[in-house]
Parts: sequence; structure tokens; C-alpha cells
Amino acid sequence: MKLALLREKLGDLMTDADEFRGELTIYVDKKDILPVCRILKDQLFFNYLSDLCGVDYWPQTPRFCVVYHLYSFPRNHRLRVKVFLNEECADVDSVTAIWAAADWHERECFDLLGIRFANHPDLRRILLPDDFSGHPLRKDYPLEGKQ
Amino acid sequence: MNAGDRTTTIINLGPQHPSTHGVLRVVLELDGEFVVNARPDIGFLHRGIEKLSESRTYHQIIVLTDRLDYLAAMSNNLAYVLTIEKLLGIEAPKRAQYVRVILAELQRIASHLFWLGTHAHDLGAMTPLFYCLREREQILDIFDAVAGSRLTPSFMRIGGLASDINREFPQKVSSFVSEFASRVDEYETLLSENPIWLSRTKGIGVLPQEEYLDLGLSGPLVRAAGINWDIRKSEPYSSYADFDFAVPQGSAGDVFDRYLVRIKEMRESAKIIKQAVEGLPEGLWADFNSPAIFPPKSDTKKDIASLIRHFNLVMEGIKAPTGEVYHSIEAPRGELGFYIVSNGSVMPLRLKVRPPSFVNLQGLARMTQGRMLSDVVGIIGSIDIVLAEVDR
Repeated sequence: MKLALLREKLGDLMTDADEFRGELTIYVDKKDILPVCRILKDQLFFNYLSDLCGVDYWPQTPRFCVVYHLYSFPRNHRLRVKVFLNEECADVDSVTAIWAAADWHERECFDLLGIRFANHPDLRRILLPDDFSGHPLRKDYPLEGKQ
Repeated sequence: MNAGDRTTTIINLGPQHPSTHGVLRVVLELDGEFVVNARPDIGFLHRGIEKLSESRTYHQIIVLTDRLDYLAAMSNNLAYVLTIEKLLGIEAPKRAQYVRVILAELQRIASHLFWLGTHAHDLGAMTPLFYCLREREQILDIFDAVAGSRLTPSFMRIGGLASDINREFPQKVSSFVSEFASRVDEYETLLSENPIWLSRTKGIGVLPQEEYLDLGLSGPLVRAAGINWDIRKSEPYSSYADFDFAVPQGSAGDVFDRYLVRIKEMRESAKIIKQAVEGLPEGLWADFNSPAIFPPKSDTKKDIASLIRHFNLVMEGIKAPTGEVYHSIEAPRGELGFYIVSNGSVMPLRLKVRPPSFVNLQGLARMTQGRMLSDVVGIIGSIDIVLAEVDR
């Protein structure tokens, strides 16, 4: 995957990019996630969402990050897209309309980290029981204890 | 419940039902015997392995990976150590890579065997289970001899293996694979042309072609639908490029094709193992020059420097560079990936498993829609899920 091509297609929609161990990561503003994913799928052939997950950087700010791992079948390359979210408004548009695979991944991310996905068709807890309180993958959630 | 002008029934399949292969609950909405909607309910086996990993050192996490997909522990070990090696920028020696391939392919055979036996059992064929477990037992004995454990070997280490293989290992593996092809023929005589098996598997569980990738499915499920994707070929790791093997594919994508693809994959795995044993290079089983690798145990009893290094690795761990990596392998069930975010400390800031079972299970609702209740059991079996991996 060539960074120049990404720059050309995405322009200002991409705020930053870096490469580590041969893996390319691009950073996107949360308001732009849908148009960026649309371009990546339709124009750059990223037709497969390998993985979607959240990361909690507490106590740093912005606190949360949603990470998308994309794979392109026709081109056989991978790309990571990162969106940072503030604690006060930990919500981002759902990409289920672009890749149906995002459905359960986004539910898991909501369940374990409390990040909300706007326009998700069925945003419920997936691994934990419905009456569970809190989001255990958050860094300020204790490792041990009873509920 | 009313769906339009017809009344539907809601029933629970699981979580205590033998053909759910673990604690999976599927809420089925039925119109007569036809499935209107299937809603999988998961999480009964959630142990918080990702949370737990954030307070363990990189070496300690290896034992947790065994407990994800317990039918393919070697594959989990491999995916995890390859990810950490990528993060650290090191590579295991050629000998270790070949042994890893042998172990991972033996594990694929063992996993497919268990799948075949239980899946056939679900659909009313009792005998294949006995045949399959007979061969699987031989593989577990090989694991026991090399790693001291059958199901949770934890044999791979960052930068190599826990120890060198014992002297009998190549010979044991060779004798297993040389007989294995005829054993697969035996399974096929029981099933491939069996009219009951055909009528329960043909034309069932099919998805429209474009939905496989859209839903994120991987592994034998997509290959059965004629999609040529195997990570061992597309992004070769651990010396897979050295071996000559085919990627079996189906055409219809139904439960029967998934069966055929897995049968052929077992034959291909046996070929890979044969090549790896014959070409097994001499040399060390781990990259001992890297400070992240445990020194050989015998050295810690002879020189103080090795003992100190061992002590430091146990008490502190490896300080990985700041950064993040994702690495995936072709596990028996599909794309198994690890995503690790490191902030430079001895423990990962975040460890995310990309479990093939979890993602593949998402396809269940679409595959069962409009099918008969009796087909649901066959479809669940054909996805080949391990709930410990789904729930983590």
C-alpha cells in the first residue's frame, strides 16, 4: 500500500499517517470516518474488515481510540485506520453499512469499553450479561472483584 | 409471536445442547419447522483473557493463548509469538520455523479430525467419531512427548521453541503421516457417498457469494464457496513459502463442500508435514542472541550471566518498543490474528484477539434463514466454532 496513493485519494480526510514494522496506519477525524471508509472500500479495494476494536489510553487524552484493520483481497495488502475519541463524547458512526462484519465487533467494543456506535442496527452487550454494570476493558476498571 | 399473519414459535437451542459444541445459545424463531430468524447468544464462557493479558508479561501470555481455542492451541501459540516477534523485530531460526510448521499442521489435522467426528455424530453418523479420535489421539501423544502436555502445550516461545525436539520426534511424525492418507480414505468411505450424509449436507447453509467477505468469514468456510484465500499462501509466515501444497476449494459453499474442503486440507497438511520433516534444518531452536529469549535451561546452571538473564526475564519481562502490530495466521478455523499495542512497558497496553470462530459465527443467522430446524444443527457444525475462542 502506497502512502502517496492514500494521500491522493483521501486528501485532508486523513489527518496523519505512520509506518511501524511495515504496517501502515492512518489517522482520521471521527466526523470523517464514514466517507473515509467508503473511499477505502470503493476506490482502494479494501473489501474485508478483518478486525475492529477499541483501545483505552487512560489517563491520556483523548482517551479512547477505535482501530479498524482492513484487508484488500484484490491487492493483498492491509491497512490500519485509527480514530481517537474523547471520554465525554465516546461515540463514532457505525461502519456496519459498509462492512456487515462490523456488527458484532462494534457490539463487543461497546460492551467492553463503552464506546457507542451511532446508527448501529442493534447495539446491545454481546459477551457480558445485559444487567452488567460498567465496561471491564477500561483501564480504571479493577482487574479483580465481584459484582 | 405474530410475524405478519402467521404465528411463530420461539425456541432455545442450547446453551445445554450437545450439538452446539459448547455453551452456545441460539434463540430460534420458527414458523412451523422453518427458521424465520436465528439469534446467537454468546458470552457464557467469557473469561476476560484480553483484560487479563494487560497485567501479564509477554511471556506469561503464551499460556493464556492455549486457552482460547483449546482444539488448536499450537496455532494460537504460533499466532501470538509471531506477533510479538514482529513487535520486537526478531525472527526465529529456520529449524524452529520448520518445527512450528509441523506442529501447526499436526494441530490442523487434529482440529479437523475432532470437527469431522463430532459433526458427523450430530448428523447421525456414529462411527466416524471413533475413527477420528483414534488418529487425533496419536497426534496428542506426539504433543505430549514433545511438550509434556496434550491440549495446552504452550510449547512455542518468543523467538523460537521452549526446547529442542526430542530425537524420536521426526520418526514418530513421519510414521504418522505415512499412514494418515489411508486413514482419510477410510473416513471418506464412511461419508463421501453415504446417501444419508449427502441428503443432510448438500445444498444447505449456502450464502450469496458477495456476503462471505462482507460478513468477514474466513478459513474453510470461504474456500468451500470457491474463494481462493489462504493466509499461508497470500501472506506466508514461518517458512510456509518453502513448501509445496494446494489450497483446496469447493464450489457450492454448502455444508457438504465444507466437509470436502476440510478432508482435502487434512491431506495437504500431511504433505506439508512430510516435506518439513524431510527438510528439517539443523541448528538452534531459538534465537539466543536476542535479549528477549530465555537462555537454554542447562546454561543457567553453569554460568552466572545466563542465570541473571533468566531471572530478569522472569521477574521483569521484555521491554518491547513502543508501537503496535497486527499479525494473523491461517488457523484451522480461519484468520486468527493478534493486535498488540505496546507503550514500551513489559506488559501490553492492549491485546486484541481476532478470533475466527467469533466472526464466522456471525454468518449463522444468514445461513439458517428459511432452512428447516434440522438443518440448523448441520450448519452450526459446519461453521466449526470453539466457544472458548468466541467468548475469550
